[in-house]
Amino acid sequence: MKNALQQIWIFYRDGFREMKLGKTLWALILIKLFVLFFILRLFFFPSFLKGKTDTEKEQYVGSELTGRAGRGEP
Amino acid sequence: MLESIDTSMIDWSRAQFALTAMYHWLFVPLTLGLAVVMGLMETLYVITGNAFWKRTAQFWMKLFGINFAVGVATGLILEFQFGTNWSNYSWFVGDIFGAPLAIEGIVAFFMEATFIAVMFFGWNKVSRRFHLASTWLTGLGATFSAWWILVANSWMQYPVGMAFNPETVRNEMVSFSAVAFSPVAVMKFLHTVLSCWMVGAVFVIGVSAWYLLRRREKELAVASMKVAAAIGLFAALATAGSGDQSGVQVARLQPMKLAAMEGLYDGGNGMPLTLVGDIKVPKMLSVLATHTIDGYVPGINNILQGGYEQPDGMLALSAEEKMQRGQQAIVALSDFRKARQEQDEARMAAARQVLDENMPYFGYGYIKDPNELVPNVGLMFWSFRVMVGLGSYFIAFFALVLFLAWKRRLTQTDWLYYVAIASIPCAYIASQAGWIVAEVGRQPWAIQDMLPLNAAISKLEAGSVQTTFFLFLILFTVLLVAEIGIMLKAIQKGPEN
Repeated sequence: MKNALQQIWIFYRDGFREMKLGKTLWALILIKLFVLFFILRLFFFPSFLKGKTDTEKEQYVGSELTGRAGRGEP
Repeated sequence: MLESIDTSMIDWSRAQFALTAMYHWLFVPLTLGLAVVMGLMETLYVITGNAFWKRTAQFWMKLFGINFAVGVATGLILEFQFGTNWSNYSWFVGDIFGAPLAIEGIVAFFMEATFIAVMFFGWNKVSRRFHLASTWLTGLGATFSAWWILVANSWMQYPVGMAFNPETVRNEMVSFSAVAFSPVAVMKFLHTVLSCWMVGAVFVIGVSAWYLLRRREKELAVASMKVAAAIGLFAALATAGSGDQSGVQVARLQPMKLAAMEGLYDGGNGMPLTLVGDIKVPKMLSVLATHTIDGYVPGINNILQGGYEQPDGMLALSAEEKMQRGQQAIVALSDFRKARQEQDEARMAAARQVLDENMPYFGYGYIKDPNELVPNVGLMFWSFRVMVGLGSYFIAFFALVLFLAWKRRLTQTDWLYYVAIASIPCAYIASQAGWIVAEVGRQPWAIQDMLPLNAAISKLEAGSVQTTFFLFLILFTVLLVAEIGIMLKAIQKGPEN
């Protein structure tokens, strides 16, 4: 088991070491993921219903769906 | 109240979603298409043992890798938008939308992450057959991902396999197989994935043509053109076939979408198909929509007025009747919630019955004017013609490349190289036009008949959506420029020796 894990580790390590264009692509992927998760997600795309319990979400969306059709709050 | 929802905010949110989806869709078709091309080339290497095929497969794999790296995770932005801009929708759809997307995420991560590593790192380290299996499984993983995304999208076009729970205000899945294998999902998957193979084939032929124009990599270019043209012709014909089946489904399940695609206001039996302007093919629209010469195809006015017999034998309700039933459903939901607060079981049961009876029309309760039910006819009409026109062109294009290959004249026809290079953007335009037809045609619905956009959207400020729209525009432009730059550099460099 340890040997197999070691072989997998060496496989990936050597693969990454031998990359040429791949290094640029990985840099691009990492920058993109950073922008997506640490800038856009955190600062620009918080979940609108974040911080509400499921019951509060039911209440909120239920009120929105009935309210927007002019049926008022329950 | 509905009036409190800023319509410009809806438009900005739609624009943002469309921008993100269209940008994401620049990468997906090439990933799925190149996966088949490189898989076939490596298969030829394993079968023949000829190192030429290995070198060819490796070259297309490199371009696949560039496209994959730049495109990976761009689809996640759509999921961000669901949570922020479309929170009512996200809650309303419940796990029906979440389950396929979760499966997609797991499959994409494990299959692609595992096998793509073997594909790129494993040459000379694993056996030929294991490497070949990894190459195909990388493509298969991407295709599985597409399946689940398309299942989620198909559910928005044709919601099945669920029941609405007024207590949680969510739809709950009652049949996973009905959702995962709905006829719309199956046909959408075939049509979409096969069209992606077409995009990949056009790309390979175009890049190969560029080499032939530069009098470089002749053997690789000719071999690649042959393989790609064979894949492309099969894919183009199969895309047309699946498109025909999709047309019948759309006529039955989303007749307004079909009417808008045709710009058909007043329908009837034995309807002609409009090519452009006044050029029409007699009876063809009825043939395409119903597979019968004299089949009835309703126009926009007929759909709004109702009263015609639908394919299932039922009489179509008018838009006004549907709007009334939708309002009854929303009143029943409101009553149910009030009764639940007061713990009045009898009123809850009565309201639930009314809600269940009218739930298929729930979304119509938010429609104030029947004209809101008509999608953008001009955009639909022309997008459909661009998609079909270019799709037909590609059938001829692939057949021509195969014919010239058979005549051994691929290296003597310079004009073909220019045509092939110019065809690359056309493949993307056709692919994007297909999505415009599918998605604009669903308007005004987020979920067909159940939830319009004005009910699905979060109560945000238009300004905040505008800000993120332009942020995305900048981010996407930078990434696209990076991809095109890296891709062109890799093509100019050519295959490794």
